[in-house]
Amino acid sequence: MGMAAACGLPLAQLSGRAQAQGAARIYDLPRFGNLHFLHFTDCHAQLLPILFREPNVNLGVADMAGRPPHLVGDALLRHFGIKPGTAEAYAFTFLDFEQAARTYGKVGGFAHLATLVKQLKASRPGALLLDGGDTWQGSATALWTKGQDMVDACKLLGVDIMTGHWDFTLGAERVKQIVDNDFKGRIDFIAQNIKTADFGDPVFPPYVIKSMNGVPVAIVGQAFPYMPIANPRYFVPDWNFGIQEQTMQRAVDEARAKGAQAVVLLSHNGMDVDLKLATRVRGIDAILGGHTHDGMPAPVIVNNAGGKTLVTNAGSNGKFLGVLDLEVKGGKVADFRYHLLPVFANLLAADTEMEALIRNARAPYEAKLGEQLALTEGLLYRRGNFNGTFDQLILEGLMAEKDAPIAFSPGFRWGTSLLPGEPILMEHLMDQTAITYPYTTVTEMSGEMIKIILEDVGDNLFNPDPYYQQGGDMVRVGGLRYSCDPNAKMGARISAMSLRGKLLEAAKTYKVAGWAPVSEAAKTAGGEPIWDLMARYLRGRKVIKPLQLELPRLKGMEGNAGMA
Amino acid sequence: MTDPTRIRATAKDGGVNVKVLMAHAMETGQRKDDAGKPIPAHYIQHVGVTWQGKVVLSATWGTAISKNPFLEFNFKGGKKGETIQVTWTDNKGEKRTDEATIN
Amino acid sequence: MDQTRRNVLKAGGGASLFALLAAAGMLQPGTALAADRNQKAFEAKNLKDALDALGAGSPINSNDIVMTAPEIAENGAVVPIGAVSKVPGTESIAILIAKNPTALAASFDIPAGTEPAVSTRVKMAETSEVHVLVKAQGKYYMTKKEIKVTIGGCGG
Repeated sequence: MGMAAACGLPLAQLSGRAQAQGAARIYDLPRFGNLHFLHFTDCHAQLLPILFREPNVNLGVADMAGRPPHLVGDALLRHFGIKPGTAEAYAFTFLDFEQAARTYGKVGGFAHLATLVKQLKASRPGALLLDGGDTWQGSATALWTKGQDMVDACKLLGVDIMTGHWDFTLGAERVKQIVDNDFKGRIDFIAQNIKTADFGDPVFPPYVIKSMNGVPVAIVGQAFPYMPIANPRYFVPDWNFGIQEQTMQRAVDEARAKGAQAVVLLSHNGMDVDLKLATRVRGIDAILGGHTHDGMPAPVIVNNAGGKTLVTNAGSNGKFLGVLDLEVKGGKVADFRYHLLPVFANLLAADTEMEALIRNARAPYEAKLGEQLALTEGLLYRRGNFNGTFDQLILEGLMAEKDAPIAFSPGFRWGTSLLPGEPILMEHLMDQTAITYPYTTVTEMSGEMIKIILEDVGDNLFNPDPYYQQGGDMVRVGGLRYSCDPNAKMGARISAMSLRGKLLEAAKTYKVAGWAPVSEAAKTAGGEPIWDLMARYLRGRKVIKPLQLELPRLKGMEGNAGMA
Repeated sequence: MTDPTRIRATAKDGGVNVKVLMAHAMETGQRKDDAGKPIPAHYIQHVGVTWQGKVVLSATWGTAISKNPFLEFNFKGGKKGETIQVTWTDNKGEKRTDEATIN
Repeated sequence: MDQTRRNVLKAGGGASLFALLAAAGMLQPGTALAADRNQKAFEAKNLKDALDALGAGSPINSNDIVMTAPEIAENGAVVPIGAVSKVPGTESIAILIAKNPTALAASFDIPAGTEPAVSTRVKMAETSEVHVLVKAQGKYYMTKKEIKVTIGGCGG
């Protein structure tokens, strides 16, 4: 594959109302080559424009330290040559988030995305729209309609091909229902790594071959490999996942043998896994990646035995649309252009048809969604390796409502942000909690067990080999203080666990509140849904003061470009 | 009474791919029932696969093989329409043989 | 993360699940098909004892054995393990799980005409190195891979 400089956005510093003029320029990408892919991923069912603060902690360890995607703030801007204080800097980093958000406004929203997709499709005949998954989960309406609002919106948006992860938490039956009915003849759902648990038969087609501008191109699907670990297995009891390099190689080789002149992987592996996979599987021209919610302005180019593979990651929550142009000459990819376009709602007119669809989908729920639970005086966000203010709020709600000195909250990477002074509506609470296993729990846990859990989750985040990671962030911990050495081995990362100034004792038991249990027993036991608990807590508080994050003391991370 | 073994034998490339799913609890012997009583060990110790009277695979197992055991392998020479037999024997002396036609 | 998570840990990874073998007296004589069962090897509590009981001693590390297995087990009770031997004259293939209560999980005799390649599914008590041992022309060869058994959750 030929080398082309990743193009930074020709985005002038935009402010106030001088934006409309700039809009044309930002989104006016000249067509390049003869294969075109539009890619969004991990939108987490956000149909309306939202705010999403990028992380200020996204640590890379071992070979991953200091390299994309483990760059935050200024380090990210420097690496990709983005000017501070610009709309672009606002989109890709957490820097000056509150001020920038007030200046540049909300991002994403399917009506605005639809306008952008239409515009790009008009300039790129045959362009395919790829959905990397985590589409049917993340909002109240997606939960309440079992994903139907998103399925309808994706059909109208013109999605051609999809793979998945959280989507499977609707249950295998519902997934098959959507794929076999709503998607039939419209959207290809592909996943080379999902097999039946009995004889290992494919559940979905591993890839599709499309002809674009006379060039056959294969799109291979890779669903999230660790869905039955990260999420409850009982949703997909008869399916196996995994990374499955060998069957991936077979799919790529088979597609090439059938005449595909380019191969694109639509992946939900997460960027670190994709970067490793790209060194080992031959014949993939580009990986359009998701899962880890890394909005990467330019691809990483990986060398392997078969040539070069571009590795991209297209962020989350509908903030970005990736545009990949490939130039195929003489039967192979010769050159490329890649842009990750922020979807600025202020710069893109809402598509009226999509707007109407969203309005109709929300209509039955508007009253419920619009209930004001409290007002926040501080910035609320989730993303970050160890904690976010919205998670801190959930921890405090759990500890208060369950009368527990310690709380755990899962390290989900989705969830929208709220600015100081904004009301916390039921919709916003659901943006953080809308899952199909929302049960809250209270457990008497030994100090030893608490350590085991923290080590286990820590290894899933910081194992030096990305294939042993499973994505997501560190479990958020309330009440309990601890130290974390991400570079240490499994079993030795967590130390100095203390509660109210006293070290935890291995044999002593502690009351721990939590939510989102993955076991089937927890489903049977029930447990109040987290949104009910938090709604009660918020209604009682009325005003949420700026929250102090509870964070572990980190060791060995000084100077890491993934922390600011 | 034991449940039938599911066998899928597929001829390809001059050989036969055999996939087998046996119905067996594969109890390790240390689990306890709801009343707290130990559940005795009960697991397949041997699996043999034959074709035309010839043993094409012989497996000896311990307790670590998963419940409803799976086995896959390939042998040369089989043809469509011929049959293979799969026999398992467990630690209680229970035994079961199932037959499948190569497709 | 909660009560049930703890149960998951126990069920999915606790050593209590995985028994020592039943008393030898329970075992029935083999059938005509059965290969000689090396009961001592199946009772060995660790990798070294199992290798000794198999007569494998210190096997030669080999890149000619390819193990296909997940890095992280989706379910510790059902971990798919595939083994392919490219060692000429492969007679048998065994799967050993170092940290299980008994290390030897399975042994496969490979008659002439059968490809030296088998797949099965195993239970794993906890994160462990899994070994594939190959016997060929009287010599033993081995390869290994770490498979993580995790309590899960929190991802995404």
